Amino acid sequence: MSTTTHIGLVLLLLGLALWITVARNSFAAVAGFIAYGLLLTLAWLALSAIDVALTEAAIGAGLTGALLIGAASRLRDVEASAWAERPGATTRALAALISTVAAAGVAVCILKLPDPGPTLAPEAARHLAATGVGNPITAVLMSFRAMDTLLEATVLLIGLIGVWSLAPDRVWGGRPGLTPKTDPNGALAYLARVLPPIGIVIGIYIFWVGADHPGGKFQGSTVLAAMGLLVMMSGLRDVPAVRSRWLRAALIAGPATFIAVGAAGAFTSGAFLAYPEDFAKPFIVVIEAALLPSLAVTLVLLLSGPPRRPEPFP
Amino acid sequence: MTATTLFGLCAAALVGLGLYGLIVNPQPLRKILSFNLMGNGIFLVAAVIARRGAAAGMGGDPVPQALLITAIVVAFAASALAVALMLRLFEETGACSLSTKSDPASAPAPAEGGEA
Repeated sequence: MSTTTHIGLVLLLLGLALWITVARNSFAAVAGFIAYGLLLTLAWLALSAIDVALTEAAIGAGLTGALLIGAASRLRDVEASAWAERPGATTRALAALISTVAAAGVAVCILKLPDPGPTLAPEAARHLAATGVGNPITAVLMSFRAMDTLLEATVLLIGLIGVWSLAPDRVWGGRPGLTPKTDPNGALAYLARVLPPIGIVIGIYIFWVGADHPGGKFQGSTVLAAMGLLVMMSGLRDVPAVRSRWLRAALIAGPATFIAVGAAGAFTSGAFLAYPEDFAKPFIVVIEAALLPSLAVTLVLLLSGPPRRPEPFP
Repeated sequence: MTATTLFGLCAAALVGLGLYGLIVNPQPLRKILSFNLMGNGIFLVAAVIARRGAAAGMGGDPVPQALLITAIVVAFAASALAVALMLRLFEETGACSLSTKSDPASAPAPAEGGEA
């Protein structure tokens, strides 16, 4: 991309960010946020971060956008009246001053970055062969910094427990969301029958190709989650009750496998999350394959929110 | 101006805009949006640092890039939790306000103990 494209991209990003901040209508601000997320994907591409661009398009713009649109449509009636609680001119001026100072601080740091920038890329390239994967980012996620990825998978689970714990007592263990309305001949139901087979293949492909090319389990699981959400929104299948045993097993299978392989490493290779030499790739594949469905189910449930419908005991 | 400086300054502006929105906008939904803007600014700083570390035939330093992927996923989980909290507040009070002033005109709370 040329410099002109970059400047245009930055101007569009900042324009949309301004719109998100000052727009009166919250629904319009959320719509702006989705467009902004997709443009941000281009910014990651301009910075040669293709794996990050995929994640941003799938999770940052896609899932976060869906989450916020859902919330904005439920709050549509009360959002307008809350505008009256806007702070006065003095507070706004003070906020503008603080924000400008913060932005200037970040800008100074950016301009004062050392040149050439410090990098771990040669280090990663040197040890890439030992991991058996060809994509350096997958090597970092699954081998060099596997602890971060384990903690991340755990954070998602804890986030889900936090969301579930917001359920009122009488619906605990029930199903998230409202009873879906089904129109078996509608366009949504048609798409929900046609798209998932294609989406599942694409999701698994993105996951599998992530070993050597941009892609991976997070991006793949988001595509799988989107397919699941499509089926549930169309009403062809209901969201499972959070009490369900198989659902809980599916949620913890990925992180549990990760911890088990990590603990095995403590005995075979002398360190937690270390892989035995020459067998790194199979272990990474086992962990990633176990994480893929768990992450997809976690993402679907995070988006579905806390239980809202009581589920009778069987 | 190089691409990294340009996007770095964009990141600084995003952090500023997000912080302003977080302070000024009264609605929780808008605060979540602003918080995401601020987060994106930080992510962009990390991406700029990754790009400046391009070496060994890679377009950028893979370590910050991998951390960015982690960060985007965790930011989604945090947003989902924040939205769930906000919707529960809405279900409990029928309003979506963080105001502590008990002004019956702007915050119609159905479960206030004053009646009957």
